Amino acid sequence: GRRKASWICSNLFGTRRAFSFGVLPDAVDRNSHVFAANSTSMQDLISELQSHVQRVVAGGGPEAVKRNRSRNKLLPRERIDRLLDPGSSFLELSQLAGHDLYGEPLPSAGIVTGIGPVHGQLCMFVANDPTVKGGTYYPITVKKHLRAQEIAAQCKLPCIYLVDSGGAFLPKQADVFPDKENFGRIFYNQAVMSSEGIPQIALVLGSCTAGGAYIPAMADESVMVKGNGTIFLAGPPLVKAATGEEVSAEDLGGAAVHCKTSGVSDYFAQDELHGLALGRNIIKNLHMAGKDVLQNGLKNINYEYKEPLYDANELRSIAPTDLKQQFDIRSVIARIVDGSEFDEFKKLYGSTLVTGFARIFGQPVGIIGNNGILFNESALKGAHFIEICTQRNIPLVFLQNITGFMVGSRSEAGGIAKSGAKMVMAVSCAKVPKITIIIGGSFGAGNYAMCGRAYNPNFMFLWPNARISVMGGAQAAGVLAQIEKANKKKQGIQWIKEEEEKFKEKVVEAYEREGCPYYSTARLWDDGIIDPADTRKVIGLCISASLNRATQDTKYGVFRM
Amino acid sequence: RYVLEPSSRSKRIEKVLIANRGEIACRIIRTVKRLGIRTVAIYSDADKDALHVAKADEAFRVGPAQARFSYLNGPTIVDAALRSGAQAVHPGYGFLSESADFAQLCEDKGLTFIGPPASAIRDMGDKSASKRIMGAAGVPLVPGYHGNEQDIDKMKLEADKIGYPILIKPTHGGGGKGMRIVHTPDEFVESFLAAQREAAASFGVNTILLEKYITRPRHIEVQIFGDKHGNVVHLYERDCSVQRRHQKIIEEAPAPNVSTDFRAHLGEAAVSAAKAVNYYNAGTVEFIVDTVSGQFYFMEMNTRLQVEHPVTEMIVGQDLVEWQIHVANGEVLPLSQSQIPILGHAFEARIYAENVPKGFLPATGVLHHYHVPDSSAVRVETGVKEGDTVSMHYDPMIAKLVVWEQNRAAALVKLKDCLSKFQVAGLPTNINFLQKLANHQAFESGNVETHFIENYKDDLFVDSTNSKEAYEAARLGASLVAACLIEKEHFTLARNPPGGGSLHPIWYASPPFRVHHQAKRTMELEWDNEYGSGISKILKLTITHQADGKYLIETEDGSPVHEVKATYVKQHSFRVEADGVTNDVNIAVYTKDQIRHIHIWQGSHHHYFREKLGLDLSEDEESQHKPKFETSAHPQGTVVAPMAGLVVKVLVNDKTRVEEGQPVIVLEAMKMEHVVKAPSSGFVHGLQAKVGEQVSDGSVLFSVKDQ
Repeated sequence: GRRKASWICSNLFGTRRAFSFGVLPDAVDRNSHVFAANSTSMQDLISELQSHVQRVVAGGGPEAVKRNRSRNKLLPRERIDRLLDPGSSFLELSQLAGHDLYGEPLPSAGIVTGIGPVHGQLCMFVANDPTVKGGTYYPITVKKHLRAQEIAAQCKLPCIYLVDSGGAFLPKQADVFPDKENFGRIFYNQAVMSSEGIPQIALVLGSCTAGGAYIPAMADESVMVKGNGTIFLAGPPLVKAATGEEVSAEDLGGAAVHCKTSGVSDYFAQDELHGLALGRNIIKNLHMAGKDVLQNGLKNINYEYKEPLYDANELRSIAPTDLKQQFDIRSVIARIVDGSEFDEFKKLYGSTLVTGFARIFGQPVGIIGNNGILFNESALKGAHFIEICTQRNIPLVFLQNITGFMVGSRSEAGGIAKSGAKMVMAVSCAKVPKITIIIGGSFGAGNYAMCGRAYNPNFMFLWPNARISVMGGAQAAGVLAQIEKANKKKQGIQWIKEEEEKFKEKVVEAYEREGCPYYSTARLWDDGIIDPADTRKVIGLCISASLNRATQDTKYGVFRM
Repeated sequence: RYVLEPSSRSKRIEKVLIANRGEIACRIIRTVKRLGIRTVAIYSDADKDALHVAKADEAFRVGPAQARFSYLNGPTIVDAALRSGAQAVHPGYGFLSESADFAQLCEDKGLTFIGPPASAIRDMGDKSASKRIMGAAGVPLVPGYHGNEQDIDKMKLEADKIGYPILIKPTHGGGGKGMRIVHTPDEFVESFLAAQREAAASFGVNTILLEKYITRPRHIEVQIFGDKHGNVVHLYERDCSVQRRHQKIIEEAPAPNVSTDFRAHLGEAAVSAAKAVNYYNAGTVEFIVDTVSGQFYFMEMNTRLQVEHPVTEMIVGQDLVEWQIHVANGEVLPLSQSQIPILGHAFEARIYAENVPKGFLPATGVLHHYHVPDSSAVRVETGVKEGDTVSMHYDPMIAKLVVWEQNRAAALVKLKDCLSKFQVAGLPTNINFLQKLANHQAFESGNVETHFIENYKDDLFVDSTNSKEAYEAARLGASLVAACLIEKEHFTLARNPPGGGSLHPIWYASPPFRVHHQAKRTMELEWDNEYGSGISKILKLTITHQADGKYLIETEDGSPVHEVKATYVKQHSFRVEADGVTNDVNIAVYTKDQIRHIHIWQGSHHHYFREKLGLDLSEDEESQHKPKFETSAHPQGTVVAPMAGLVVKVLVNDKTRVEEGQPVIVLEAMKMEHVVKAPSSGFVHGLQAKVGEQVSDGSVLFSVKDQ
């Protein structure tokens, strides 16, 4: 009897393959040589990355940290931890900014920035690290500060400035002070954001000298810590030199002076922990009701989401460190989206660009990923898909691994420039949240069409194997060598083969160095390098932060038809 | 055989007023309801939300919180009974249960008093009268001489007759003054004369009495039951030797290490005692047993249902409250002596709100967490629920834990297990002490006697806070607390994020996300091994959230780290895996005065930690919120009330001179008196307490200064 029953079952349900709508197949061969090789080389990259991060998280060296502790001051990340809701996540930005940028180490560019919740309200944190060059602003420090403000303005995030800085780094004043995107822009941004109703909060936990004094002064509300916090346009030595007046730092610009007499600060804190607690309280009392643009665009979110069916750690073995190798972007998508469910749009058309709908932590997303070079059709498909997503307020996720648009006569004649322009137009004007992750190469105009830094993605992160440059090193070397050869020929110089090779090697080396993720992240061409295994989490947090505002309407320019 | 008679005299009981509160009221209501009889509770203002009120079919207010105006107010209670239409009043134990006047008042108003006749209560209430009656009935009494003839030769003769050791005691006075124990005849004369002199000096009267001194006494009592037809049976004995402050804390039935013969003799003596006063309903005859000679002597008879009656019920399989109703209805006893079984062994442990290290002083407070072992194999008699207040007005007993098993050893195993599962947070209790008692070797072998706690005090009161093992256990406990509380926090936040749910819960996922490093947090827990005793230690923990959701917990002292995985099960319960060992833990947390109080129960361990909330702000002119703390920083010589209570005596006047140790004020709380003494010699200042005044715990009573 039992055998018969099971036979019926298999007949009813077993003969046809179960079809689950939109669920991506596993499609990864874990026993393959490629899988193992990718895994090993990626592991090396991640170890290197973690050791760099470990170093910067420790701050400006044991001596400086000790000195900081002796003043009852915490390190910037510890300060942020105490402001954040207990047990909450913190999306830190550009941890390795300043990496190998100057002759001396400048861990995290001397400033810690990132996003996290306080009393359920996402905030942008900007925290000076007094253990790194006294918290002074190098050019890259300014850039990182401004980038944090840019994100805050874009996502309408209240800003909390944890001020403990000696102001501009004077030896580099020319690169810090005068230009548009320099020091002054910090206060300009504060004023503009405040005018838009984005709260600006300053906690003065240390010194706040000269230009820095404007951070609390420009803030909506500020807290000062007794003993440690000081605000003045000129410190005691400068005052003595200028007017002969002898005065202590505390009497000149301490918490008591500014909370009782000058009114520069609003809340008097007994010590640092008290100051941080007052900071949390200020956020608790924010009231955003009725401000339409600040209402978050949180809609149609399914909180009963499923995790991906496949292990996210396998992302470390899927992406090759050798960018010439091809891999199916769908195996990456399968490890990022809820339930590995991905409903592909225009699957059979322009197949080198993969587009489709999915959810990440219940949040709807439109995903655009590269599966090879961009052709006419792929670019048109991309533009079409972006239009659909903007129409429906669906955030866009770009998974970039692109060597560029197809070149050659056939392509040019087919109007590849026109097609590419359509996609670039769509990407530029799209007013939905855009998140870009570079998971491999990012070369040439492909970078543009796939929402590179210039296209204002809300957030942009790199995998450790990424490469960014206008073209590949070898190609560039070939082009430059041809030009050089022609020049030499004009001058009648014979270029011997070995010299030409040396020339090419140099170009390749330079491209390799400048295209590497550390070079990029040190200069803030991105918002950080992430572990591939964290991709889902990071995108989830980025989208959530991006939705902290009302949706915007998209208006396109003229599409060349 | 007993003969069934038609109960023509009175109408049957259909409704009972329970003139009591707490666990006994609840326990009586349970049986009475089972018999289909309606219940009426009474309550004071302090008890209007109490469990016994909720359990009764109806309830009557009888007065303010103070017992003498409510639960001791006989006329009001009788009036309530009449208004409710009850036919009978059950007095429970304590309060009016042994008031002959109240029993009489009930009968006069036509209410059945569920207890013995008023005459028996009266006879047994007078301690010396009761001894006379018992002596006449042939019940053994402690040998002694109480005569007026005080001639030394006569006294010596009497002493020799009684046998040594002997106790010499002044007839007047008390407090042990003038008391002498004489071990041999040749010591007698000298001791007697000294006692006489001391008595004359202290009390002005030098009459002396002699009594046999029992070196190793046991307290064994017999449960008896009589009906209104002259039948009296006994339901075997209970051993209640383990006492503190003359109050029982662990009782058992039957008494351990007792022969069947002895049991039979004891039972017969108890039945004779009851018959001598025409007793009916439930009663208890207390004996003192000399463990050296094996003799037993009558002490007194309690004319009510005892606190510890459940242990008897467990070994005879009967419901004594049900028997009481039958007897009150005029029925004959349900069983004859030979039909009463004796099966297995039962223990009762009394859970008290009390401060064990401070000499078992009664404690008050709120039951912030109250979870009792619940299983069909254990019986918990309680009158309180979580959130209730144990006030200073009444007895501080929280519950009785009753267990039964086939034999004593098995029952003891169960008792220990249940004690470790008895969870109370919010006020100090004797649970830990009961555990020490139950685990003591001498108790296990049944070598109980009245001086048990005194004899083994070195074992029972040991402060283990300083031992390395205790510290390690506490450190592990603290680590588990940290892991569980953080786990629960994530559980709650991820489902219900702060800020009205406008933020996506991924920001509160566990472990908290950090870019390329692990989130850490710190926790500072203050550890005490018992409330208010020993020196507390601060445990500074650093908790690292690991990628797999486990917690790596380090202590500042550099001890080995604990790796803990915590799973939140429900409410207070968690499953934890620490260093490869998995078990269940319970954690209770409540916040009071800016302090988070945390209790953890893990196996037989119970730890208590405090975590300071908010910030320690230094006093500063700019600080507008100066925390108001009751500090112990009173000036030297200040005396504060050791507990909340009623001032019953003020023994000196303000501004008068006192000697060190001289009693100044007598406080009474929860049936107990506590003498407040001068801490040093000097002059009393600021003494304002008046008799009848309530004082709160820690309030300043007076101070003693040199001038």
